[in-house]
Amino acid sequence: MTLRMAPQAKDPQLLQGSEAIADAMIAAGCRFFSGYPMTPFTEVLEVMARKLPEVGGVCMNAESELEAIGMAWGAAATGTPSATGSTGQGLSLMQESLSEITLARLPLVVLNMGRAQGDYYQATRGGGHGDYRHLVLSPADAAEAIDLIGLAFDLTERWRNPVVVLGDYYLAHTARSVTIPAMKTRETPEWALDGSSGGTRHAKLISPLGTAKQRDDVGYDIAVHYADCVAATNEMIANVEPLAEVESTDDAEIIVLAFGTPGAYVRAAVRQLRSDGLAVGFIRPITLFPFPSDLVARATQGVKSVAVYENNQGQMLDDVRLAVLGNAPVHFIGGLSLDSSGFGIAPDLEVSVLVDRIREVAAR
Amino acid sequence: MSTYLPTDNPPDEPSRLVDDFVPTLIDVGAHHLCPGCGEPIAMRCVMEAIDERELTARSVAVFGIGCYTAFSNNLDIEVLQALHGRAPSLATGVKRSKPSTIVVTIQGDGDMVSEGLQEVLHAAARGENITCIMLNNGVFGETGGHMTATTVLGQRTKTSLEGRDAALHGRPILLSSLLAQIDGTAFVARGAVNSAGNVARTKKLLLRALTAQEQNAGFSFVEILTMCPTGWFIETEEAPDYLNDNLAAVHEPGVLKDVLGQ
Amino acid sequence: MSDKETVTTRGTLVIDVDACKGCNLCIDACPPGVLVMTDIEVNSRGYRYPQLLAGCTGCKACSQICPDFVFQVYKYDTPQEHTS
Repeated sequence: MTLRMAPQAKDPQLLQGSEAIADAMIAAGCRFFSGYPMTPFTEVLEVMARKLPEVGGVCMNAESELEAIGMAWGAAATGTPSATGSTGQGLSLMQESLSEITLARLPLVVLNMGRAQGDYYQATRGGGHGDYRHLVLSPADAAEAIDLIGLAFDLTERWRNPVVVLGDYYLAHTARSVTIPAMKTRETPEWALDGSSGGTRHAKLISPLGTAKQRDDVGYDIAVHYADCVAATNEMIANVEPLAEVESTDDAEIIVLAFGTPGAYVRAAVRQLRSDGLAVGFIRPITLFPFPSDLVARATQGVKSVAVYENNQGQMLDDVRLAVLGNAPVHFIGGLSLDSSGFGIAPDLEVSVLVDRIREVAAR
Repeated sequence: MSTYLPTDNPPDEPSRLVDDFVPTLIDVGAHHLCPGCGEPIAMRCVMEAIDERELTARSVAVFGIGCYTAFSNNLDIEVLQALHGRAPSLATGVKRSKPSTIVVTIQGDGDMVSEGLQEVLHAAARGENITCIMLNNGVFGETGGHMTATTVLGQRTKTSLEGRDAALHGRPILLSSLLAQIDGTAFVARGAVNSAGNVARTKKLLLRALTAQEQNAGFSFVEILTMCPTGWFIETEEAPDYLNDNLAAVHEPGVLKDVLGQ
Repeated sequence: MSDKETVTTRGTLVIDVDACKGCNLCIDACPPGVLVMTDIEVNSRGYRYPQLLAGCTGCKACSQICPDFVFQVYKYDTPQEHTS
């Protein structure tokens, strides 16, 4: 197998989102990936299976999502930049491990190529057990996905905390002209396992129960470790800058929020209404956790109303309401919209449909 | 009255140390495992085997969750703590990312055969070059003696009070026998730690399993029958015979597969 | 045969009395049967513990079977003779 480096960051390419994401992960230094086929995540796994070995990485086709995240967990413990992923259902199987990987203070990028947007709670609140949080990034298109994948690997390495990148069917299967950044190489962190600290009386430990072996006591002190983890989580939350795309909100009487692919459609609807003379603004949260609450609070000061569009029954809606805190009515203009496949194609996602819904709220 | 010999200090007469309190790779001897527990005995074998094969500075032990989990704190080798049942997957990730490491998993029968059967079977079928070690006492010890997938028929546990009944509770899974039939496995054996002789035999099995991994011969597996007087509701000194009469009668010790023919 | 019996002792032990949890495994595992549990004496944790009689062979069965790492085993360069 000849070792061929991934293409350097120079010429744009026409790539499907799945391939762009895979190339971006490889460029970001990912050298271990494991997954289980499931639409619309499958193609990312296919591309990684093809391209990761070319750069000396390992891609495992796991026999279950549970094993996939277990393998990624083991690889991450060796300091190898690692990632795994699935769609919402597969992520459900991974939740227990995600909690423990967080408690073990390990970096891991987790891709949820979701079916519609019903996984917002799962991603931002976490479906696992105990006190833990994940950073959650949500791209609206392949170009942004490439940037956010790079950011995800930087953030997860910096904070030793899993980062979830929330994509969907559109992102996976829409081809665009994109540019893959230059290959980044990452240093192996000192906490990484490779056996070498064995026999030194200070053999390393990576565990959800503690970060170091106790020499003066028996077993692990979970209370101390959990307190350390909470402190680390709070420090992460305090230092990670919430990201959002904001447009024409200064003089807006109504502000519309949406995330992910629907965000791009809502942006187009808002621009059309703006050109028709409606004082409408647009906010698209990019970091779903930490949620850009302060930004939303400031932007919605003095507006007549706020509208939220999501392809679910209203989940980001909660975070918007928390940010607005009653300063203005918050209307939900989204809803579950699925074609017969259930893979996340939303018949509602028509600019004209969104224009009408925004107008209807503005008229109230 | 027969007089007892002094045993507070090393002898004055010229002599040599034959066995120390703990092997070199057990840093801390103290632990909270029950009186008569077989697990620290098995762990001693594992650590002595790793030391003897001079694998200390390459080894990563991936621990499952059971009574033995806290014992990982006592070891002077690198430890990666997994979730209940998932150790073989983590071990796969470690070994595939760092092929130079020697990776062992330390799991119980509840962890491996009840919770994580899929993980160990697939790791074996993939022929992962790792050594999985199962401490089999036929009960969930940590929760106080409940039935697992290896509990033998007639064995009383807190979830099979009148003894495991095939009609009610199904039959035990003989994991080593299963693994021996999977092509990806290179070495499969069962040992026990209920007598000094069995302890010595178990250590040899561990040495052979580690050797298989060193030679990338494929998946190696050692099942070690251990005593759990607390979970068997018997006196500590009765446990060695109880093991022979119940566990070993079903999960028969011996070498089931050895492709290297060591 | 005089009532004074001489016993050959090839090895001896250091016993970490306070580490013992009184499980008795060593007693039954000792081939020459020279380990005997105390009757009423208990260690700092309330467990009875093993005592050593003459006749130890230094075979380390006790240390290998002990779950609590209570034994250090020594072998004499030249066997000792004990007359009880």
